[in-house]
Amino acid sequence: MANNNIIELVNVTKSFDGDIVLDHINLKIKDGEFITLLGPSGCGKTTTLRIIGGFLYPDSGSVFFDGKNITNVPPYKRHLNTVFQKYALFPFLNVYENVAFGLRIKKLPEAKIRAKVLEMLELVNLVGFEKRGVTALSGGQQQRVAIARALANEPDVLLLDEPLGALDLKLRKAMQIELKRIQQQADITFIYVTHDQEEALTMSDTIVVMNKGHIQQIGSPESVYNEPVNAFVADFIGESNQLDGIMLEDYRVEFNGRVYQCVDKGFAKREPIEVVIRPEDLKLCRPEEGNIVGVVKSCVFMGANFSIEVEQGDYTWTAHSIHYAQPGDTIGLYLEPDAIHIMKEFDNDDAYPDDPEEELLPPEEEEEK
Amino acid sequence: MKYKGITYSYVVYAFTFFLAPLLLILFYSLTASDGGSVSFTLENFTRFFDFSNPQYMKVLGNSFRIAGIATLLCLLLGYPMAYILASLKPRLRAFLSLLFILPMWMNFLLRTYAWMSLLETNGIINTLLSKLGLPALQIMYTEKAVILGMVYNFLPFMILPIYNTLIKLDPSLLNASDDLGASPWQTFTRVTLPLSKPAILSGINMVFMPSVTTFVISRLLGGSSTALIGDIIEKQFKLVDDKGFGSAMSVIIMIFVFGLVALTREKDSEEVSL
Repeated sequence: MANNNIIELVNVTKSFDGDIVLDHINLKIKDGEFITLLGPSGCGKTTTLRIIGGFLYPDSGSVFFDGKNITNVPPYKRHLNTVFQKYALFPFLNVYENVAFGLRIKKLPEAKIRAKVLEMLELVNLVGFEKRGVTALSGGQQQRVAIARALANEPDVLLLDEPLGALDLKLRKAMQIELKRIQQQADITFIYVTHDQEEALTMSDTIVVMNKGHIQQIGSPESVYNEPVNAFVADFIGESNQLDGIMLEDYRVEFNGRVYQCVDKGFAKREPIEVVIRPEDLKLCRPEEGNIVGVVKSCVFMGANFSIEVEQGDYTWTAHSIHYAQPGDTIGLYLEPDAIHIMKEFDNDDAYPDDPEEELLPPEEEEEK
Repeated sequence: MKYKGITYSYVVYAFTFFLAPLLLILFYSLTASDGGSVSFTLENFTRFFDFSNPQYMKVLGNSFRIAGIATLLCLLLGYPMAYILASLKPRLRAFLSLLFILPMWMNFLLRTYAWMSLLETNGIINTLLSKLGLPALQIMYTEKAVILGMVYNFLPFMILPIYNTLIKLDPSLLNASDDLGASPWQTFTRVTLPLSKPAILSGINMVFMPSVTTFVISRLLGGSSTALIGDIIEKQFKLVDDKGFGSAMSVIIMIFVFGLVALTREKDSEEVSL
């Protein structure tokens, strides 16, 4: 194929016992990228991964691998490997034999197996652990063995199903950096599934935000964070202030009893919309300088900054600041026009196209079948 | 503190019902009683290991051989059965495993008697065969009938531990093997089989031990042609009234079985830690 898409899902639909888990998913994954499927539990991210891995077959739609249709190819014939949620290491084999498992299946000569296993253990920083039983390892070490075992087969794509879920926070942070390093060193595609938005933002080249069997947004971490296409994405990725508003005309929006300048246009006159504002975009200032004025309800120290709740009429804003604010004081918050994100009302989460780069699917096609 | 009473009662129970009979047998085997006076002796053991007249050792060897064949047959039949059972849908699986367990609710003796009436010269099977114009089977009162009785009676003990292990097998391990390029058969030999090995070993123990010590099956189905060590031991107590020799043989067989169990255990743990 002319393009460099290693994996392509076309109209993939899957349901379990009549519940639609994936609804006409279209997704293109570029060769060599670190892509994360992000979403709350039940959004279909793991199902998508299992369909790519071959452990589930879609009800309809196709899976392409390097241009070839692999929809009905069993896992053991696919050139991709998986790191399972709970690692799935073979308890009756030691570290060396676990990593060597796939190589022995291929019946490689012993010397080659040895070289490859040692190379992999070096990649995941586990040299010297060859003879250890896997059940005696810590979670982080088991994790590394699982990655080494999967990479030993030299897959073109590595699938990772919430691989850091069982680790403690500190180890998880360390492994995030480690995984990114391994991905760059091995120079292959990683498809990563997680519900942790921070994890997704840290590691990914591309994030695919999913909800209820639909892809909500595909983009770089920056674009998904800064330009969420809808309130779900805005809410799921990072903290946000969300409130209803009315788009009076182009560049003019009204919410919480005041009219603001904004950078959005193209809505109908007086169209009801949703406004999303990131807490760090609300700047603390004196009441007379602010375009929002309210009373400080609380101020909580978060480590790097303070999380400040400011009550303005019916709405309570959340702002992040490195400055302390005294609860009970009246303060101002200043809002730049480009900090105001306007999105269409979030009434129907089926109403979003699967891929902004794809041609927009007409809604009738989504309801088919 | 709360559990101390329970712990003690268990110790008392274990002593009365496990340790005391064992010690009693050991005591009998090492003593000779002549009209009230008790004296220590190894005579019971030397009598068994009499190489000029190895009749008892022969019986022991024969018992091990027959029990070994029965155990092997149980494994060859039981593993595929357990595997098929475990791969069924839960509802069907529950029903079929009930069918396997159901005969065990019936008395063991009754089940063996039932086989007698099936296998007898003019029994049900032969009557059917002759009606079909086929030659009659002559397996009653042979070694084959004894082995059949053992396999029939003890097969559930092989199936159950293997079945219990197979249904609890972590599917992600099978997925992992599949993912790493193993064909379904390779996954079976390289993952399923090693994972079910402890169950196979416990199945072997559970079938072999009652097979090697049985005297009911051999007497009812084997008649006088196939005397097993269990029959000889029983005779010492009931016919000959030689408690000493009977106990000595029990001790010997216990040591052999214990050795076998230890052997399978050790081999097992060795391979796990390798």
